[in-house]
Amino acid sequence: MVGTTPLTVADLQGTARRMRRDKTMRVVFGATASVSIIVSLLIIVSLTREAASFITKVELGSLWDIGWFPRRGSFDLLTLFAGSLLVTGVAMVVAAPLGLGAAFYLSEYASPRLRRTLKPIIEVLAGIPSVVIGFFAISFITPDLLSRFLDDVSFFNLAAAGIGVGILTLPLIASVSEDAMRAVPASLREAAYGLGSRKATTCVRVVFPAAVSGIVAAFIIGISRAIGETMVVAIAAGATGGSLRNFTQIFDPGQTLTAAMAALGAGTDQVKGDDAAFQSLYFLGLLLFGVTLLLNVISARFVRRIRERY
Amino acid sequence: MAVTTVAGVGDVSLARRGHDVKGRLFHLLVVLSVVLAFVILAALVWDMIAGGESVLTERLWSFLTSGLNSDPELAGVWQGVKGTLQLSIIVVAVAFPLGIGSAIYIEEYASDSRLTRFISVNIRNLAGVPSIVFGLLGLAIFVQALGGVTGGRTVIAGGLTLSALVLPIVIITSQEALRAVPSGIRVGALALGATRWETTRHHVLPAALPGILTGNVLALARAAGEAAPLLLVGAVSGVFFVGAQGTLEQILHGRFTAMPMVIFSWARLPAGQGWNVLAAAASLVLLVLIFVMNGFAIWLRNRYEQRW
Repeated sequence: MVGTTPLTVADLQGTARRMRRDKTMRVVFGATASVSIIVSLLIIVSLTREAASFITKVELGSLWDIGWFPRRGSFDLLTLFAGSLLVTGVAMVVAAPLGLGAAFYLSEYASPRLRRTLKPIIEVLAGIPSVVIGFFAISFITPDLLSRFLDDVSFFNLAAAGIGVGILTLPLIASVSEDAMRAVPASLREAAYGLGSRKATTCVRVVFPAAVSGIVAAFIIGISRAIGETMVVAIAAGATGGSLRNFTQIFDPGQTLTAAMAALGAGTDQVKGDDAAFQSLYFLGLLLFGVTLLLNVISARFVRRIRERY
Repeated sequence: MAVTTVAGVGDVSLARRGHDVKGRLFHLLVVLSVVLAFVILAALVWDMIAGGESVLTERLWSFLTSGLNSDPELAGVWQGVKGTLQLSIIVVAVAFPLGIGSAIYIEEYASDSRLTRFISVNIRNLAGVPSIVFGLLGLAIFVQALGGVTGGRTVIAGGLTLSALVLPIVIITSQEALRAVPSGIRVGALALGATRWETTRHHVLPAALPGILTGNVLALARAAGEAAPLLLVGAVSGVFFVGAQGTLEQILHGRFTAMPMVIFSWARLPAGQGWNVLAAAASLVLLVLIFVMNGFAIWLRNRYEQRW
């Protein structure tokens, strides 16, 4: 450096061309990041606009009169809520214990090597398309499973749909719960062993309580996913409208929020754009959006709690 | 076993007496839940193989290359396969660059401001929105509002809808891949005078690329299996005949279908006429397609995963 002019700040700043390029890329990436916000806004705007026009068009009483017959102008929400509730209930009865058990096994019992082989297989289960599960429900679950052990099972029924949805949510619940359990510090387990606990006691009395908020989050995400699942229900539950407010008969056909939307969507060609039946699609979509958003926000709270603690 | 003398207590055995029945039972239960998950997977694959066997053994080639047909003896999945490929190309072209760009912005450029946090929370919530709601978005925006550009119920509208659906997944997985790159690499490049973009382009992205690709392929597999949004944006569920589909214009603005839609329409037809056999065989085709994608992603991850 002897004999040359000393470096100035300008020399270290790089050429104008490089700086300009950096600025351009920053704007480009910023623009792509704004797309997700635009998508959210568009969802909210399109849902609320059509849903609002639906609400002003129909008599509010028709939302409570018995029967979901959108083409005849009766929109009983309770019919749909009953179906969604039953399907989600059955799904959680299947997915919650199995998912939790699988999470315990993967996190506490499996050797790291076994875990590395088992996890991808569970991920494969998570990747099975819902139409395939729906077809599995009517080609296997109903005829070969339910009808074999029970009488009076309709070909299309809510239980088969619920089991199918449960299969779909199982991997999700397993992986979120497993993450929560693995976040529990090893020192807690070691302390329990040091006091003479068995493995099972450590799992149930130490790991489970420490991970409980994450596990609750997993169940809530599972419920949210189950409520939003469409194709399994559309194929396996019958997807007929109907006048039954079916809160108990899980082996009968039924209609859920999402399957009603699928039924409307599949036939939209016959319905005009400003028709109330067509707009009820958006109204149901808005309800579904609201419910799942609420559940997801609650579950995110629970996840954050476990992250803060450890 | 260990007999220890504790002062004041006398001889205390630390060894557990008898069999640990409850512990064994718990172990059995958790093993059973994993086993059951695999049994379900096996039963599903077996059910599709057994159900679709006659089609797969007797006329596999014609099944893969024929179009939809009202005669179950002649119908095939070719239009579905083609539609799914076209949709996938649109997703790769739209969702991948937007998603990776967003992830780069959030991880590399944005400061920890309120706006950044809002974007992140928004993405996470968007990832939890049910797929059928994205179908409504597609119907209202891509089919109706932008109908002049997309041509209505076309493969473009379907592809854009699926892109919106997987965008949050692409962003989240790409973010994770970027976050796995140690900050020492960034700091090192910046200290040598590289700009933010040069650091990202030459150091962070190459290191994060395998992870990004893995996540994106998984997202693509998810898009390939979706039917609900396509149902609303008007993928054809039933028999349809297309005329000459030679030019790009005809493909982009023609009616379309996709593998999951084909399965859906066949699964809904009354059993006993051979449609259920076709649905099973088509499910198997879709499963193979998706398993290959997932397998490729997992292979990518295992092959190129870097431990820092």
